[in-house]
Amino acid sequence: MALSESAASPRLYLQAQTRWRPAEIVFWLATLLPYVLFPNYLSLASQIAIAGLFALSLDLILGYAGIVSLGHAAFFGVGAYTAGLLSKYGWGEPLTGLAAAALAAGIVGYATSFVICRFRHLALIMLTLGFGLLLAELANTLGWLTGGMDGLQGIHTWKLLGIFRFDLYGRAAYAYALAVLFVLFLFARRLIHSPFGLSLRGIRENFVRMPGIGAPSRAHIRTIYTIAAALAGVAGALLAQTTETVSLDSLGFERSAEVVVMLVLGGTGRLYGGLVGAIVYMIARDQFSGIVPQYWYFWIGILLVAVVMFLPNGILGGLAKLSSRWSRS
Amino acid sequence: MSGPALATRGLAKSFGSLVVARDIEIELPKGVRYALIGPNGAGKTTLINLITGMLQPGAGRIFLDDIDITALPPEQRVRRGLVRTYQINSLFPHLTALESVTLAVCERTRAARIWWRQLNAYPHEIDEAYDILTALKLGAVCHRLTRELAYGQQRLLEIALALATRPKVLLLDEPAAGVPREESNELFAAIAGLSREITVLFIEHDMELVFRFATRVIVMVGGSVLVQGPPHEIATDPQVRAVYLGKAPAKGLQAHRQEPRHD
Repeated sequence: MALSESAASPRLYLQAQTRWRPAEIVFWLATLLPYVLFPNYLSLASQIAIAGLFALSLDLILGYAGIVSLGHAAFFGVGAYTAGLLSKYGWGEPLTGLAAAALAAGIVGYATSFVICRFRHLALIMLTLGFGLLLAELANTLGWLTGGMDGLQGIHTWKLLGIFRFDLYGRAAYAYALAVLFVLFLFARRLIHSPFGLSLRGIRENFVRMPGIGAPSRAHIRTIYTIAAALAGVAGALLAQTTETVSLDSLGFERSAEVVVMLVLGGTGRLYGGLVGAIVYMIARDQFSGIVPQYWYFWIGILLVAVVMFLPNGILGGLAKLSSRWSRS
Repeated sequence: MSGPALATRGLAKSFGSLVVARDIEIELPKGVRYALIGPNGAGKTTLINLITGMLQPGAGRIFLDDIDITALPPEQRVRRGLVRTYQINSLFPHLTALESVTLAVCERTRAARIWWRQLNAYPHEIDEAYDILTALKLGAVCHRLTRELAYGQQRLLEIALALATRPKVLLLDEPAAGVPREESNELFAAIAGLSREITVLFIEHDMELVFRFATRVIVMVGGSVLVQGPPHEIATDPQVRAVYLGKAPAKGLQAHRQEPRHD
């Protein structure tokens, strides 16, 4: 507020909001640290990057448009099976695999968006949950195609750009997952700073008011739901390509719930919330399940309850509050 | 002379046995400033809800510039220039005033569909939003979050949002509700200063404001239009007096028997 409000021209002010902050640059530089500090944990690092992308896609609909989904893994799964099947039946080129996965998940997202855009609140949660369960059961039934309970076997991912082989240590896999995450993050960042992104925030802030300013809210919701589905599909495809397997739990309810937890831990509607949440959640899972494998949900439960009770805006929300208090004093 | 900017024909609505609108026929010629008055529960807000499509009428038609818009959803009526404000603030708490109005401008220019370009590629939209805010004396607080604005400023922001849609017909539901007397005068001065291209219908309980700013008054009681006419006729109408009896409006009404002020 100290910043002279009237002096700054409105255009400059809005431009300033899209500028890169030092913390952001530090964050992205830090994503390279695993190569130096934890070379044995690169496969975990790529799992985190994939989970982060998945959570980012959820943030676009949950954090920005206020659409709570408990079935987001459906798109993750569609992407994973698309890339997996493509590879199994002879096309293992990774980048086109991602594109195909985005397309397939986007189509499923677009189709369901016509129903999604008509509902809010509890009905919406139940609908997304229902769609998710439907798709998971469908994948189970189509065992001849998906491998059913045994998972999809026989995936072989070709060399990245025809040069880099996916090695056992996950060096290429992490670089690949991280690069895709970064590019799609830039995409998402641009989107939320667009006029459309502003409309999404309007929908989140006051859905009922939107028709009053002539906004086609349903069309907006269909667009973002489709985009979020495509991004989730890419995340699924990344997992399929880097692990060379797809199992039924890639589109199960547990994965849908998990991604909501990650996003809530990190903080919704902040772009980085999903990424931070994914880091915390995946590392916690790795550590806790190392101690007492059966009980790791217990610890995640405690973490979730603690964050929701004491940091209602997630870890990032808490940090933002802290830093604003810091700068004031 | 061209037809009215807005007209309703036989508009009716009931919830079960409760009739909230009965055979309502009103006409707003282009550019007028009309007031809609009546006791609480007379159906004034319901009428606005019906006209703007928030409620579906049981019977009757609504015409905007002689075009039947009865079947259109609310946002398309807004696109055609039929816009309202709300009696209870309905804003975007965590958007700044400038963001809120820019949002409304972008929806009008359809920039709001663009997700592949950043907002700073739309300086005209931002400038227009800023100009609207400045005209309503909100320029200095345009970077404040809506929820941090004073109540009177939030009432003005309601009007700013409506103006951003470039309305032809503007329906103001108690624009000064809850605003202190001095500020409500200013608020109505802002409304009176709106372009004459905009046709205005406002609901207001303060008779002094009604008689100062309206060229014609529509009185509603029990879901029907009781009577309509120029302010000085309404002031002396025995039916209206009967409705308002006990609320001692007569003195206020008498005080404004002179011709209503224009502009």
